[in-house]
Amino acid sequence: MKNKTLLIRILISLLGIALIASCGSQGSNNGALGGDAAAQVYVAPGEQDEFYAFISGGFSGQLTVHGLPSCRLLKTIPVFSVDGEKGYGFNEETKPLLNTSHGFIPWDDSHHPELSQTNGETDGRWVFINGNNTPRVARVDLSLFETVEIIELPNSGGNHSSPFTTMNTEYVVAGTRFGVPVPQKDQSIKNYASKFKGALSFIKVDPESGEMSLAFQVLMPAFDYDLAHAGKGKSHGWMFFSSYNTEESHTLLEVNASQNDKDFIAAVNWKKAEEFLAQGKAHKMPARYAHNLFDEKTQTATSTIMTEVNVLLPEECPGLVYFMPTPKSPHGVDVNPTGEYIVGSGKLSANLTAHSFTNMLDAIENEKFDGDAYGIPILNFDDTVAGVVESGGLGPLHTEFDDRGNAYTSFFITSEVVKWEVGTWEVLDRAPSYYSIGHLMVPGGDSQKPEGKYLVAMNKITKDRFLPTGPEVAQSAQLYDISGDKMKLLYDFPTMGEPHYAQGISAGRIIPNSKKIFRLEDNEHPHAIKNEAESKVVRNGNTVRVYMTSIRSHFAPDNIEGIRVGDEVYFHITNLEQDYDVPHGFSVMGAQNAELLIMPGQTETLLWKPLYEGVYPFYCTDFCSALHQEMQGYVRVSPKGSNTPITWNVGG
Amino acid sequence: MKLANYLLIGILASLIIGCSGSESDSNGKQAAVNANDPMLSKGIGPISSIKLDPKIDQTMANKGKEIYELKCTACHKLDEKFIGPPPIGIFERRSPEWIMNMILNPEEMIAKDPTAVKLLAEYNFAPMANQNLTEEEARAILEYFRTL
Repeated sequence: MKNKTLLIRILISLLGIALIASCGSQGSNNGALGGDAAAQVYVAPGEQDEFYAFISGGFSGQLTVHGLPSCRLLKTIPVFSVDGEKGYGFNEETKPLLNTSHGFIPWDDSHHPELSQTNGETDGRWVFINGNNTPRVARVDLSLFETVEIIELPNSGGNHSSPFTTMNTEYVVAGTRFGVPVPQKDQSIKNYASKFKGALSFIKVDPESGEMSLAFQVLMPAFDYDLAHAGKGKSHGWMFFSSYNTEESHTLLEVNASQNDKDFIAAVNWKKAEEFLAQGKAHKMPARYAHNLFDEKTQTATSTIMTEVNVLLPEECPGLVYFMPTPKSPHGVDVNPTGEYIVGSGKLSANLTAHSFTNMLDAIENEKFDGDAYGIPILNFDDTVAGVVESGGLGPLHTEFDDRGNAYTSFFITSEVVKWEVGTWEVLDRAPSYYSIGHLMVPGGDSQKPEGKYLVAMNKITKDRFLPTGPEVAQSAQLYDISGDKMKLLYDFPTMGEPHYAQGISAGRIIPNSKKIFRLEDNEHPHAIKNEAESKVVRNGNTVRVYMTSIRSHFAPDNIEGIRVGDEVYFHITNLEQDYDVPHGFSVMGAQNAELLIMPGQTETLLWKPLYEGVYPFYCTDFCSALHQEMQGYVRVSPKGSNTPITWNVGG
Repeated sequence: MKLANYLLIGILASLIIGCSGSESDSNGKQAAVNANDPMLSKGIGPISSIKLDPKIDQTMANKGKEIYELKCTACHKLDEKFIGPPPIGIFERRSPEWIMNMILNPEEMIAKDPTAVKLLAEYNFAPMANQNLTEEEARAILEYFRTL
């Protein structure tokens, strides 16, 4: 008896101690680096991440937002592909964003996100991303986390070396991966080397509104322009593009574009280009490209087809472009934070080549040229090179930097991250990736102010890292701690599409500008109604406009009669809520597009073309309150030519 | 022996309570006294006391009418029960502070204020929406309600 009591007391005491321990641990978990990997990526329930990561959705065409270090997916921002979840590209307001000179295009392949910068630092205002297939650049507004602008690139064929930014976001660039006839016309592909061109586009970004305009293109030889990065600090004013296929082959590039021992990094002096433009050196070329802009006030996008572009020809503009020979089909061209070194990653090579900007200027000044290509001076390799990283790996692709003078390069073939020191070119550490890393990312790692705490590796192959899901498996990325001397793999996480490249930024630079609602007073949507009393249904021929409101938890009107088969019915729905995180969804039976997902204070429009007579329900798709399931209504559809009058009501 | 067990259990219970997050409110007692009398209760929120001038400020009331029609009429009709209760006669049912706190702080009100909790149940659990009004806007609506 006595023993039993003692036992109970001991048990109760132990339980008490356990409770004290669990109480104490709350709020002190997100601590400094060090300790085990699990603790380092653990962000406790209710707590928030330290960094945002914007990861390209690859062939999904979208952009995903993750938190670091937890790697949790926070949002998928639809950019180049339609998204039924958000009605993006399906509702009337966003359809124009996906318009091109080839008409409405519901998909693209997005590769490289790039944050806007001020004074060489990421400023958290916008993130740009390229559409590779039908050449475009998009701008995502980071107060909304929504795509607000897409500009198409004429004279291009595969917008790959894009959209890298200059130090103050004066320009984002767009270099074509595929040479194409300029202007496009029917001809033999065998004309490639003689007739095709490769355009490097410079897109001007308005410093206030962020609005993009195609300032000029430099019409280059038809090499394949692969990636780019802007000069910074001392090299501000220059943009560097890597290239391969200087052989100008148009078939079996796998073999034919790998013949030359060296390809080129093209150094473009964009400040000089501005002078040539001012001197009237640009050719005004006819071109057709779409410029699509979302207006936050009217909450509606418009698409404008542009008809002309300024083109600069290097042979007419001395000093505009120089070629720096760089071994073996360089992929990444990455500029260190001081702007002195331009690092080329020859993807068929073992080594990295670091050109010196100072050496480059000196070679240009002293005209140390090794001939020219199509009138563009070629600098002597030995004159520009500052150092070579003898990596011990194979297939270097891309380099980013930390704030301690180190660089990190991805190696695809040997599947690893190699850390080396800028200036001494010595390899300091290496860590395997699983598997076949493409790009990597350090927050701010391509700016002047890297935050060298974490590195994200984006892998091309996943194989056995996660539970099998049939032949198609998740794409993946990996998080490393790079704060110490040794890199440390912390975490694997699946991503959407193929994660080509990413950008990271301290959460504190984004949070203050993040909007929570659209204010009803500021809603200038032409079909918005600001209160329920204004709701109505208006017929004009076969077009019927339903002016509807939503609030927890009813639509007004929720009974509509007088619609006929053959009508085009526009549901213009204004969400009257003014509270954070109270969107309403709207879907109607038989709609051939998608749902609407309407944020507080926003107006969106769904086009519905009923095919058959009957009475059809509609409902709210986004659980909004305890009465969400009651948030529903009916539309009566009468036969073509019937006399059913238009009527509407709620609660009557 | 038994006493010792009870003591231990008591400590344990206090630990559990401590852990579950304290909501200690310095005005908690005061609120509890008035909470059950709707006319005395000021509710929970930023408004602790308000003085109404006997004379109605018509400019403010007009402004309040405008805001009410824009932000409130989807759920409130002046003189009949709709999604929420009608504002006519509200000063005979509630204190001015309670009304403003219900407008400005509805989430907490419908969770903790006894009158608001009751009201929520009466209105089929349709929550009072937070329309993100400023104190000045809520005050203008209050002035408008005085004209009804």
